[in-house]
Amino acid sequence: MGYPYKPHASETLVLSTHFGDPEARTLKGWKDRGGYRALETALGMDPAAIIGVIKESGLRGRGGAGFPTGLKWSFMKPDDGKPHYLCCNADESEPGTFKDREIMRWTPHALIEGCAIGAYAIGAETCYIYIRGEFTEPLQRMEDALAEARAAGIVGRNAMGTGKTINVWVHKGAGAYICGEETALMNSIEGKRGNPRIKPPFPAVAGVFGMPTTINNVETLTAVPHILNQGGAWYKNFARSDNPKSTGTKLWSVCGNIARPGNYEMVMGFPFGEFLRDICGGALPGRELRAIIPGGSSVPIINMEEADRALMDYEGMAAVGTMLGSAGCIVIDNAQSIPRQVARLARFYAHESCAQCTQCREGTAWTTKILERIVAGNGTAEDLDTLLDVADDMTGKTICVLSDSCAVPVVSALQRFRGDFEALITKKTVHTVPVVVS
Amino acid sequence: MSHGPSASAGAIIRSGHHDDAPYEPVFVGEAKVRLDELVKRYPRKVGALLPALWMVQEARGWVSEAGMAEVAAQLDVTPAYVKGVVTFYTMYNQHPVGKYLIQVCTTTPCHVCGAEDVVRAFLDQTGCGELGVTSEDGRYTVIEVECLGACGFATPVMVNSDFLESVSADRVADVLGRYR
Amino acid sequence: MSDSGMVNLTIEGRAVSVEPGTSVLEAAKTVGVLIPHYCYHPGLPVAGSCRMCLVDVEKAPKLAPACATAVAEGQVIRVHTEKARTARKGVLEMLLINHPLDCPICDRSGECELQDFTYQEGPAESRYRDPKRFNPVEDFGGDVVYVPNRCILCTRCVRFMDDVAHDPVLNVEERGDRAHIGKFEGKDLTHPWAANVIDLCPVGALVSKDFLNKARVWELDRAASVCTGCSQGCNLVVETRDNVVMRLKPRPNPEVNEFFICDHGRLNYRWMNRRDRLESPAIRGAGGYEAVDWDVATAGAARILKGKRVFVLASPNLSNEALWLLSRLIRKSGGAGAFRMPNGSEAPLPGVVDLALRADRAANGAGAELLGMTRSESPLGGLQAGDALLIVDHDLAPEDVAFAGRASAVVVAGTAMPAGLERADVLLPMCNVVEEDGTFTNLRGRVQRFLQAKAPSGLARPSWYVLSGLCTALGDSAEYFSASAVFDALATEHTEFAGMSYGVLGLRGRRIASQADAEVRA
Ligand SMILES: Cc1cc2nc3c(=O)[nH]c(=O)nc-3n(C[C@H](O)[C@H](O)[C@H](O)COP(=O)(O)O)c2cc1C
Ligand code: SF4
Ligand code: SF4
Ligand code: FES
Ligand code: FES
Repeated sequence: MGYPYKPHASETLVLSTHFGDPEARTLKGWKDRGGYRALETALGMDPAAIIGVIKESGLRGRGGAGFPTGLKWSFMKPDDGKPHYLCCNADESEPGTFKDREIMRWTPHALIEGCAIGAYAIGAETCYIYIRGEFTEPLQRMEDALAEARAAGIVGRNAMGTGKTINVWVHKGAGAYICGEETALMNSIEGKRGNPRIKPPFPAVAGVFGMPTTINNVETLTAVPHILNQGGAWYKNFARSDNPKSTGTKLWSVCGNIARPGNYEMVMGFPFGEFLRDICGGALPGRELRAIIPGGSSVPIINMEEADRALMDYEGMAAVGTMLGSAGCIVIDNAQSIPRQVARLARFYAHESCAQCTQCREGTAWTTKILERIVAGNGTAEDLDTLLDVADDMTGKTICVLSDSCAVPVVSALQRFRGDFEALITKKTVHTVPVVVS
Repeated sequence: MSHGPSASAGAIIRSGHHDDAPYEPVFVGEAKVRLDELVKRYPRKVGALLPALWMVQEARGWVSEAGMAEVAAQLDVTPAYVKGVVTFYTMYNQHPVGKYLIQVCTTTPCHVCGAEDVVRAFLDQTGCGELGVTSEDGRYTVIEVECLGACGFATPVMVNSDFLESVSADRVADVLGRYR
Repeated sequence: MSDSGMVNLTIEGRAVSVEPGTSVLEAAKTVGVLIPHYCYHPGLPVAGSCRMCLVDVEKAPKLAPACATAVAEGQVIRVHTEKARTARKGVLEMLLINHPLDCPICDRSGECELQDFTYQEGPAESRYRDPKRFNPVEDFGGDVVYVPNRCILCTRCVRFMDDVAHDPVLNVEERGDRAHIGKFEGKDLTHPWAANVIDLCPVGALVSKDFLNKARVWELDRAASVCTGCSQGCNLVVETRDNVVMRLKPRPNPEVNEFFICDHGRLNYRWMNRRDRLESPAIRGAGGYEAVDWDVATAGAARILKGKRVFVLASPNLSNEALWLLSRLIRKSGGAGAFRMPNGSEAPLPGVVDLALRADRAANGAGAELLGMTRSESPLGGLQAGDALLIVDHDLAPEDVAFAGRASAVVVAGTAMPAGLERADVLLPMCNVVEEDGTFTNLRGRVQRFLQAKAPSGLARPSWYVLSGLCTALGDSAEYFSASAVFDALATEHTEFAGMSYGVLGLRGRRIASQADAEVRA
C-alpha cells in the first residue's frame, strides 16, 4: 500500500502502485508512469467493446454493493436522445473506509482517466465527481489535476483531440454520510437535500437531473484504465480458482486497534486471518483482537474465530455471515467495550439519517438512546429484546439501507457478544484490560 | 428552533449570536463571475446551490439567514428551500464559529483509538469547556464530527480547512500552538 | 394486461381491475380496502417515505409501499399478513415514541390519522423509556400554527406548498430525529391557498388559529355544501355545533376543487352565524314594523306587488331555485332583475387545472344571468319610477339607497335588513345558504347542490319556499313543497338544465348542457 508504510510482499499493487509518490500526482508524472494510454485506446474503441472488456474482467463495484460494473454500464441505452451522466462516488463516509481518499491524494489522474473512459463508455458528456467536503486535500488534488487535464485537452470539449466532449467537474459535498447513497448523491448534485429516492426509477432510467445516469465508486473507476491496458482476462486472474465471481485486487482500509493501520491492496480471496495478523501486524502490544467489522460499519460484526476462517472476497465474507462491503475493516480489541462501540455506531447512523423514513429517523435515535442507557448502566433486561425488535422494524422496510445498516451492528453484536450487554445490565464487567477510552 | 434530547447533539454549534447585519452581499464582482461559471456546470441553475453556499461560508465563516436569502435570489429558489438544504448538511455553519473551528472525529474506528481523550484535551486546552461553544477569546470552537474518512490515521482533526492526521491527546498542545 | 387495457390483480382476496399505472393503494380503495398511510395523499406527488403503507406482495421478498408500487397483472396483494401488520405496527410505535400523546388538548383529536391507525393496528403500549424530543410551537403565519412535537414528518405540507401552491415557503430542516418542518424568517404561509396544509396534515401538527380550541370535532354536525366565496364553487363541508357554524372544510371534488379550498372561502363563514337577522315576517304599519304570520306577510307582499312592474334586486348568492322563481315573478309583471357582483383579485392554485379564487366573489352569478338577471355595477339603474322593488338578500350601496327611493313600494326578502335602507313595506325573513337546500351554477356552468347544515334563524323560511309562496299569491298555479321540486320544474323549463334533478346531480354536480356540449365540440 505504500503509504504510510512500505507495501507488504503479499500485497498486489495495481491501484496503489504509486501511493506515496508525489510525482505521480502531476500530469507529467502520471504520463511517465503510463497514464492516459488507456483513455487514448478507449476513445478509439466502440463503447460497447469497452463495456465488453469490463464485463470480461469481472470488476464489481467497490462502493459497497458489489454490483458488476460492466453490467451496470450496459443498462445505459445508447442513442436514446437524452444527455447521459456519470457520477463518481467520492463521498467515502462509511466509517472504517479511507481508500478513495488515498487514490485521490496520490493518483488523481488515475481517477480522471477512469472517469473519462467510463463517461465515454456510457455515452455521457458530463461526469461529476462528488467529493465529501471534509476531504480538503483530495479536493485540492483533484481540482489541480483536473485543471492540468483540461489545459492539456485530455478532458473538455475536445477530449484527447477526438472531438468528443467529456467534461469532468468536482462537486463538493457538505457533510452528509447519506450522500454516498447513489440517489441521495444525485439529489445533492441537483442542489437538494441529500434524500435517497424511491426506486424505481433506477438511475440508468432517471438519475441526476432526471437523465440516465451511471454511478460508480472511485476505486471502481480507477481500476478501469488498468483493465483496459492489460485486458479483462488479466484482471480476472486475480481470483480464487474456485470463485470466479470476485476478481481483481481490492483496497482494504484497516483501522482501529491494529498494529499497522492503513490501506492494503490484496487479491480477492486472500485469507483474512493471515491478512490481519501478519500483514497488518495483528493486535497492539498486550492486547488481543476480539471483533472485526470487515466491510465498513454497515456490515455485521464478526468474532475472531469467524475472521480467521474468512476469505477476503464477496463470497468469502458472506460465508462467515458478514459482507465485503467497502472493505473498510474496523478492528476492535479486548480493551474495548463492544456495547459502547455499538452505541457509538448507532449514534453515527442517528446523526446521519436523512429523516425521510419513519423507522430510520426514529429507530436510529431510539436504538442510540437504549444503547447509551445500557452503557451508562441503566439498562434493563427487556432492553435487549426491544433492541432486536426495533432492529427488525428497521430492516428491509425503508427507502435506502441506512436504516438496515444501523440495525446490523446491533443484531450482529447481540448474536456474538450478548454476554457483554448482559454484563452491563447486571453490572458485571467483562473486560480483561481496563477500558482505555474515557 | 431549539431541540430537546436527541441523539448526537455533540455536533451542534450553539450560539446566541445569530444576526448578520448589516449584510454585505457576497456575490459581487469576481465572486459573481465565479458563481456564473459554476452555474454553467449544471443543466439547472440550482445545481450550483452547494457550491454557492460554500462560497458564502468561505467569505463569511458561516451561512447566515441573510446569506441564504442572497443565495436564494441568485439561484431563483426560495430562502426556505435554501434553509432546508443548509440545515441538512452539517458542514455549513448556521452560527458564527471561533477563528478556528476544530472538528474531531469520534466515530467508532477513532473512538476505539481514544478519540474521546482528544476531544477532552481540545475542550480543556482551548478553554471552550463544552462542545459547540466558542471560547471566550473567540478563537476556538470544538465540535465532534462523524467519520472523516481517514480512520487509519486516528484521530483525524480538521482545523478550519486543514486536515490533521493521527492527533493524539498528547499532541493537542502542539496543534493548538500552530493555531493561535 | 387484459384486452380491456386494464390491469387485473387480487387485493385481500378481492379481484381488482384498474388502469395501468394505478398504485396498489388506490387500487385497494376501489374494492373498499383502506391501506393505512401517512405521507401519501392523492392530491400530492408520491413521497413513499413514511413506510406506513407496507403490504405483502406475493412472491416478493420484501414488503412493498402500496403508495409507490404500481399494480401489475396477476399480482396478489395481502394487507393483513402477520409480516405486514408487524411492520406497520413498528412504524406506529416509532411515530409515537416522540409524540406527546396530548390528544386531550389537540384539535385534531377525533379526526387524526395517527389516532385512527393506532387504534386500528398499533401497539397498545409503548416500550419507549427515554426522554422525548421537544420543540416549541411556531406561528407559520396565515391561519396556521405548527406544533412540531405532533409532527410525523410526512411532508404533505411541504409538498403542497412546493408542488401545488408553487410557493415553497415550507421546508424540512435538519435531519435524523432533529428534523422538523420549518420556514424562513419573515416568509409566512401567506399564499391564498395555504391553509389547506391544515387539512392535509394527518395529525395535529398544523392547526387552524381560527378553530384553535373552539370545539372537539366529535361534537360537530356536518353537511355537504358549496362555497359562496367566489364563482369557482368549491365543494365544502359545513361543520356546526349547536346550530353555530364552527368551520368550513373542503369536500373533495375532482371536477371543481380537487381536495382544496382557498383561505378566503375557508374563513368566509362568520356571517352565517349573524345574530342580527330578520327573525319574523313583518308588515310596516303606522307604528313601524309589525310582526305578522307568514300568510299575512306573503299576502301583504303580493298585494303591494300586484299589478305593478316588479324590479328585483337579487343577490348573486341566491340559489338557482330562488332565482328561477324570481324570474317567473319578473316575467309575469313585465319587470326586470339585476344584481351587483362583488369583486376581488383572482388567486389561482397553480398546481390544479382551472382552480382559483375568482374575481367574482359570489357563488351564483352564472346562475343569475342564465335565469335572466342582469349583472350591473349600478343594478338599480334600471329601476323605473313607480316600480315595486323586491330586494332579495342583496346589499345596498349608498347609490342603491338613493335609487330605491324611486320605488313605489319595497318588499325585502332576505336574511337581514339591508344596511342603509330607510323603509320597507313588507319583510320576509329567509334562510341563509347553510339553512336551506338548493343549487348554484359555477362559472363553468357546473350545477351543484348544497344541503341544509343548521336550523333556520327565527321564523325564517328557505328562499325557495318564501318565493314560491309569493308566486302563488300572485296567481301562479304551481305550488312547491321542496327545493328539489322547484329544481325539477326549473329543469323542465330551461333546456340548459334538461335531464337534471337532485338525484342526478348527486353531491358532485353536473355541467349544464350548453357549456358541456360546446366543450365537446371544441
Ligand atoms: C447509506 C449508504 C452510503 C453509501 N456510501 C457510499 C460511499 O460513501 N461511497 C461509495 O462509493 N458508495 C457508497 N454507497 C454505495 C452507493 O450507493 C453505490 O452503490 C455505489 O456508489 C455504486 O458504485 P459501485 O458500483 O462502483 O460500487 C453507499 C450506499 C448507502 C446505502
Ligand atoms: S432509510 Fe434512513 S437514510 Fe435511507 S432514505 Fe430512509 S430515512 Fe433516509
Ligand atoms: S406538519 Fe403535518 S403535514 Fe406537515 S410534515 Fe408534519 S405531520 Fe406532515
Ligand atoms: S472514524 Fe474517524 S475518520 Fe473514520
Ligand atoms: S403512504 Fe406509502 S410510504 Fe407513506
